[in-house]
Formats: sequence, C-alpha cells, structure tokens
Amino acid sequence: MADRPATRLDPPNAYSIAHLKLVRRVFYGRWVAAILILAAFAFVVHAFANGQIAWKVVGQFFAAKAILAGLGNTIIMTLCAMALGIALGVLFAVMAMSPNQVLYAVAQFYIWFFRGTPLLLQLLLWFNLALIFPTMGIPGLFEARTVDLISPFVATLLGLGINQGAYTAEVVRAGILSVDSGQTEAAKAIGMTRLTQLRRIVLPQAMRVIIPPVGNEVISMVKLTSVASVIQYSEILRNAQTIYYANARVMELLIVAAIWYLVVVTVLSIGQHFLERHFARGQRGNPANRETAEARA
Amino acid sequence: MIPMVVAVDVVKRFGSFTALTGISLAIDKGEVLCVVGPSGSGKSTFLRCINQLERADEGAIWVDGDLCGFRQKGEVLVELSDHEVARQRLQSGMVFQRFNLFAHLTALGNIIEGPVNVQKRPRDAATAEAIALLDRVGLAEKRNAYPADLSGGQQQRVAIARALAMKPKLMLFDEPTSALDPELVGEVLQVMRDLAHSGMTMIVVTHELGFAREVANRVVFMDRGAVVESGSPQDVLVNPQHPRTRDFIAAVLS
Repeated sequence: MADRPATRLDPPNAYSIAHLKLVRRVFYGRWVAAILILAAFAFVVHAFANGQIAWKVVGQFFAAKAILAGLGNTIIMTLCAMALGIALGVLFAVMAMSPNQVLYAVAQFYIWFFRGTPLLLQLLLWFNLALIFPTMGIPGLFEARTVDLISPFVATLLGLGINQGAYTAEVVRAGILSVDSGQTEAAKAIGMTRLTQLRRIVLPQAMRVIIPPVGNEVISMVKLTSVASVIQYSEILRNAQTIYYANARVMELLIVAAIWYLVVVTVLSIGQHFLERHFARGQRGNPANRETAEARA
Repeated sequence: MIPMVVAVDVVKRFGSFTALTGISLAIDKGEVLCVVGPSGSGKSTFLRCINQLERADEGAIWVDGDLCGFRQKGEVLVELSDHEVARQRLQSGMVFQRFNLFAHLTALGNIIEGPVNVQKRPRDAATAEAIALLDRVGLAEKRNAYPADLSGGQQQRVAIARALAMKPKLMLFDEPTSALDPELVGEVLQVMRDLAHSGMTMIVVTHELGFAREVANRVVFMDRGAVVESGSPQDVLVNPQHPRTRDFIAAVLS
C-alpha cells in the first residue's frame, strides 16, 4: 500500500469522450403510461360530450338565483361554522392542557363525544332538540319555544361548529405543543401573564403547525355543509336538488353544484397558501424574510 | 441600603431529587455575583427561583425588599396571583442559555414586545429605546433580522437587549455563553462586561472562570445544591479552600 504508484494517464487522450456520439436513454414505460392515460381521458371527455347531458342547461342554471343563494348560504355556513369550530378548538385545547382536572376532564369528554358520533346524527340531535326541551331560555330574563330558536341555520351551525371544534381542539393542542417551552419561559421572564403568553407568543408560532390541517378542514367543511340539506338548510346542493325535482335535469344541476364547490375550494386553497406564507415568517431560510435580506445587504 | 436579593434557606425539590438543600445568600445593589459549579449543582435552579420560573419549596427570597410569590397580611402570607407574579418578575431581567428569542418576531420586535405589550408604553418611545439598546449591543443594523438569521452570539446580544428594555433592577444570566461557538463567546462577554461597569446588579451562572475573575465582585461555588464556598474571585478561584472547589477548578482549566 505504501509504495502505490501515482496514477498516470498514458496516452492522455485515450480517456477523452468529447468526440463520441451520445445516445440518451429512452423511457418507454413513461411513454406507454402517458399514452394510455391520455387515451382514457379522451374516452371520458368523448363520453361526456356525447352523453345525455344538456350543457346548455348547465350554463342556464349556473348563475340561477336559487343556485347563487345556495352558494351564498354554503359560504356563510362554512365561515360561521369554522369560526365557531376554531374558537371552541382553541378553548378546549387550552382546557385539555390545563392543570385543573375538571377542565381537563370536560375537554376530554367533549372531544370524545363529538369525534365519536356521526355528524349527521349530531345535526339531527340539534334539529330535534325541541323534542326534549320544548322551551329554552334564562329563567326570568327570556324564554322561547325551542322550535323557533333552533332554525335550520342554527341547528346546522351548532352541529357543524361544535363537531369541528372537537377536531380543531386536537390540531390546536398539537400546535401549542410544537412551540418550544423556552418561548414561554422567555415570555414569563418579561412579565407576561398566561393569557398574554398564549396570545402574543405561543399561538402566533403554533399557527405554522395549525394552518395546514385547519385549511384542510375548512375545505372539508365547505363540502360537509351539504349534509345540512337533510335538515332543510338551503345550501347549494339542496337548492340544486329542489330544481331538479322540478325539471328532472339531475346530472346538469349536480354538475353546476360540483363546479361551484370546486371554485370555492380553489379560492380557499389560494388563500391558505398566502396565510401559510405569512405565518412562516422567521423560519430559517424562508425567502419571505425580505427585511432580513435587506438587513444583511 | 437593603440588599437587592436576599435568599434565606431556599430548598427546591423535583420529585425525590433535592436540587437546592438550603441556600442563603445576599446580593448588594450594584454587585456582580458569579455562580460557578458543576452541572447539576443547582446554580440554574437557584437563579430560576429568583424570578419565580421555579417556586421554592421552602425558605424565602426577597428582591429589592419584596417577598417573592407572597404578600404579607398581618400574620398571614397570601400567595400571589398569576398577574401579581408577572408584575414581580419585571424587577429582574433574565438571559437564557438557549437565548429563547421569540422566533416569529424580528430583533426589534423581540425588544419592544415587553415594553409595548406588558408595560403598555407608547410604541414610538419603545422603538426609539430599542434601537438605542441594539446600538449598545452592537447590532443596530440587524434590527429587522429574524432570530433564525442571526448567529448565536448575535441572538444572545439581542436577548440581553430584550431584558434591558424592561428596565430591570437586576439582571440574571443563566449560562449565557454555554450554547455558543467558542469564537462567539467574546462578543457576548463584552456586552456583559460593559453592563457590569454601568453599575447593573448581576447574577451570572457561568463556566467562564476568566470572566468571573475579571468582572465579579464575589464568586459563589455551588455543589450538590449547596453553597460550598463564597468570597472574592481571588479567594474562590485562585486560592480555593475546599477540596471540591479545587477539583472543579482543576477540571475546568484542564
């Protein structure tokens, strides 16, 4: 080993490859797969183009008043139910992490119950609450018949929002756990109370972990609102159904609803992208730390 | 003049482990006290008891005459609320081994967070002071940088500025240079040296014996949750009396 000779290229040009013709590798499998898939796609497009779909009807009902009203209700319900879900999620996440055993137990029960029963069942429970509590109210202040109080909107909001809260609580809890305990200690050391620590230091950093799954849940909430059609909440799918019961254009109206769902979900996905970018500030190597680059220059 | 910190028979247990077996110390205003000792000796725990990141199980600590964690009402001691403990913590500034800068805020944002959101000072005034503090620690041009884009030494200097922005009476340093690359230790020690010369009362838990010898008025050697030896840097670090002090210093210097 010790007296290994130095490597010598002799003659040097015997190792040159510059003058040789290069034949690139051909990926036959990729070509075959692409052709098969395009063929299948063309078949589906052809089938729909020649199927018994009156595309004119789709266009005609796309911006119909009832459809747009249903779309509005779907969006409003998504926003309200999600807002309620996130508020409850944060509340119950904090309770589930509380040293107070009662708060902890209540949070665990909430998560267990609302994650453990079907959403449809919960909606029906809220909608039929009048069967067990004919009247509701605060004694001496106000009282109302439950049937008047629990409209389809209220029942849907309670059903979707409270159910969502149980899932969001776990997401928020994971987000809070992801923030290093040193952050809380530093916040304490500058005299922050527990609530300020949470609001100013922990939650803004937890958002980075919380947003992707919550964005996912907002998107599924858009579609879950359709379940509320069973309790007469007139969201877009229910309104589409009402129309096709009258004119028998079932597929056309389902396509109208499907397109609108896709539009809403696409807009939301774009919004999520910008929200994620906002909360990623301060992350190592994040190009969005523009000011940082300036500071370096 | 009352001392800045008085600790009497402070005991702290974690489960069955006793981290502090009964610490009694007094630190005068303007004094720089360095606490040295092997890891696990309770130095950091003692420091954390002073600003109530840990609650002492027995004994008592006064900071500038205020009893930590309690209010005396005649013959009874009333435990303070979260809010009142938070207010007591404002008396001391804390610098951590791992910096603990708020990762989602810029250097400037870290410094004005406390003045604006805890002390409710006007944002403009807090910002002007923060810029002056950044200048003082030599990082004026890094005000808009996020912690992740700063070196360890720079982060620690921002952390010192963040603590100073609260205008504390006392500064607590918990091994401020232990997590730094060797070439970055000097810049942080320089900031601390300047701070000591400005008359700030400081308690510094450190392994930097050179710094302790140069800057400290007094050095305390702790081991196994107790103060073993206390005195001038010369007495404790150069002519230690106790064999455990001698062993420790020999081990650190070798």
